[in-house]
Amino acid sequence: MTHVVVVGAGPAGLAAAAAAAEAGARVTLLDGAEHLGGQFWRHARADDDAPRAPRLQHAWSRYRALRDAVRRECEVVLGASVWAIDVSGERAVLHALVGEADGRAREPRSWRPDAVVLATGAHDRTLPFPGWDLPGVVTAGAAQAYAKAEGIALGRRVVVAGAGPFLLPAAVSAATAGSRVVGVYEANPLRTLASGWLPRAWRLAGAWRKGIEAAGYLADLARHRIPYRVGTAVVAAHGRERVEAVTIAALDATWRPVAGSERVVETDAVCVSHGFLPRLELPVAAGCALSAERFVVVDEDQRTSVPGFWAAGEITGIAGADAAIAEGRVAGASAAGAVPDPRALRMRARHGRFAERMHAAHGIRGGWTAWLTDETVVCRCEEVSYGRLVATLRHAPDAGLRSLKLATRAGLGICQARVCGRTVEELIVAERAPGDATSDARPLAIPVRLAELALGEDATPSQRKEHDV
Amino acid sequence: MASVIVVGAGIVGAAVARALAHEGHAVTVVERGASAGGTSASGEGNILVSDKALGPELDLALRSTELWRALEAELRAELPRDAPSIEFEPKGGVVVATTDDGARSLLAFAARQRTAGVVARELGPDEAHAAEPHLTDAVVAAVHYPGDAQVQPAIATEALLASARLAGARVLARAEVLAAAPGDGRIAGVVTSRGTLRADHVVVAAGPWSAAVAERLGSSLAVLPRRGVVLVTTRMPRTVRHKVYDADYVGAVESGAAGLQFSGVVESTASGTVLIGSSREQRGFDARLPTEVLRGLARRALALFPCLADAAVMRAYGGFRPYAPDHLPVIGEDARVPGLWFATGHEGAGIGLSLGPAELVADLLAGRPPSLDPAAFSPARAGLRTAERAA
Repeated sequence: MTHVVVVGAGPAGLAAAAAAAEAGARVTLLDGAEHLGGQFWRHARADDDAPRAPRLQHAWSRYRALRDAVRRECEVVLGASVWAIDVSGERAVLHALVGEADGRAREPRSWRPDAVVLATGAHDRTLPFPGWDLPGVVTAGAAQAYAKAEGIALGRRVVVAGAGPFLLPAAVSAATAGSRVVGVYEANPLRTLASGWLPRAWRLAGAWRKGIEAAGYLADLARHRIPYRVGTAVVAAHGRERVEAVTIAALDATWRPVAGSERVVETDAVCVSHGFLPRLELPVAAGCALSAERFVVVDEDQRTSVPGFWAAGEITGIAGADAAIAEGRVAGASAAGAVPDPRALRMRARHGRFAERMHAAHGIRGGWTAWLTDETVVCRCEEVSYGRLVATLRHAPDAGLRSLKLATRAGLGICQARVCGRTVEELIVAERAPGDATSDARPLAIPVRLAELALGEDATPSQRKEHDV
Repeated sequence: MASVIVVGAGIVGAAVARALAHEGHAVTVVERGASAGGTSASGEGNILVSDKALGPELDLALRSTELWRALEAELRAELPRDAPSIEFEPKGGVVVATTDDGARSLLAFAARQRTAGVVARELGPDEAHAAEPHLTDAVVAAVHYPGDAQVQPAIATEALLASARLAGARVLARAEVLAAAPGDGRIAGVVTSRGTLRADHVVVAAGPWSAAVAERLGSSLAVLPRRGVVLVTTRMPRTVRHKVYDADYVGAVESGAAGLQFSGVVESTASGTVLIGSSREQRGFDARLPTEVLRGLARRALALFPCLADAAVMRAYGGFRPYAPDHLPVIGEDARVPGLWFATGHEGAGIGLSLGPAELVADLLAGRPPSLDPAAFSPARAGLRTAERAA
């Protein structure tokens, strides 16, 4: 019986696990969180916790169906952080630590499966701006999680800013939780948004659910009297102990602030999101090829370039939960040795186009570095300022990313460049030629205690008995 | 004065470029990627005498260490005041033996080194704990080497390049050497992906990629990559005062075995992290990281410092070190292709050993009697040629 290990229990991973089990494989589903659902279905804490605010919760019934199928058919290991994938031997070995991240008694477990589906998802990307490190400035993802899980308002007067469709639900969440949302500021101008979304719009027709979703959010914005401004950005946050105000400026099409357009808005909470970055640690450790846009390259069956490894969801392109579910179903079936369901293939084709559309409409443009000042902190872990980076580049005019990071310590702190890596890469590109290196390789996907590394138990066969399907 | 192309903008290439530019040669550094982007950016920054056995490599290390001690002041005088510090830290090393056998060979090794002028102070268990309070209780004997030091290798490379530029050197990054420029048996320059450059001499300082460059330039070189991996912990209160090695370090450095080897090397950095090395393994340019390597490193470090059990390792990085079959650097002119020079093969000691070879190349190129006997490092030496013929 084929043993499939799925890493990540968000939409893609849940769908992959369910599809692999349906195809007759023995399936182990791993996730570092204590609950199924990933970031997207983060509310799914208690088993039958119905969503608090219906609009906040997407496709709740779909989640419940997937969750139930996975619980019935798969071995689910929650709190399992996969810290390394070892592909040096004949068969890949996944090493995980199971238990609370800050507890001392994490249990080491390893798997040597026939097939691996990576569905590790994405995290928020936030561009730095002066004051972004003030308390009260949070990522939209964190704000959303807070609102979803706790239902607690982030502040009295909330500003939502950045780029991408995710700003809309973030604003609605904040409003539903009781905050007054002063405005939603999307950096791309209408022209860019239109040129991304409108051409051959009929091609998106199959993904009508998305349109309804977006329309619903826009209607919510209107109902809460939340202005949606395009071609504008928060270019600075001000305050002593915490954020008290922000400067909003108009941007040109390259995201360069337009001089004289600045105005100051009072606020006590700012949610920012400039898009999402795929979590690439495990695919990179496995040796999976990445595209020029730095997503995992997959074929028709979601196979990566490495035999035995499949990938699904946001690590193959930021396309949202519907695409992730479709990709997961294809990947899971294929990893189990079955032919993917044609309905899943059709669904993937419909939703997959969103990835390129979204990038065309909401992608980051290079002019943003103009809103940085010398004092703006770029790497928060090591407190490295923009001025320091630029000065170091001036002293080392042929240096690339590695040299710059070692000289300034940018990206060498506890987050290991997850927050600032792309930013530092882009600053080098802005100063000179295309980059020579990336921050994607992190052989240790999470921090691991020295004693845990020393233990290094060999792969143990899964304890679970073969079951009837 | 001659025109010289240096291939490689790592620490050795930067040191050679600086030495030659300061003599008035017209120097161009050609680098395939960015400066300090390969081996020089993936090690600990060791400047060691402690691990060198009596012989030509120890002589080179002693000379290089002298040059390092002078370099910081020289750079401070040459470079702009706000240039980053190379973080030269003469903190010394402590080599620790935890078995009676290990202690015997460590003390005998140190006694031989002393005949060459190495300062190597024997420490009993109590003295060892005074020097390193968190050291394992299992220590039987230790040797303190005040001459061992530490530098930030990437900053040092950039600083050497900056100094070379001030002396007129040019750096051409993102230019890959493809072939030798057409000539009549003598090297006439290089064809790069960014055009052809002509010069009287070409110095290959391309680290583990030197063999490939030598081949493109019509010669050959028996230098291969050997991978080393280092672990980095999150910041913590300073726990380790010196560079601390287990006594097996010396054995692993000198061994020619292809299999995975470990030697514990633990030290705190100025930023508060702890660096844990080091593994050595011949696996070509394979960058995949077996967990066996991580486990071995962790076990060695815990054997030296049991108190690090809860230290969180946040990063593992590996690099390819250039090694020659007889474990000596290759420094000098290639008799088969006049005008072609090598400065490579320093294995895991390239940061510490970079300055000596640069001086040696400058001396030989100028026809001066060198401060060290170059014969042991010659590209024509028997230990190298035999391996090349076998290949």
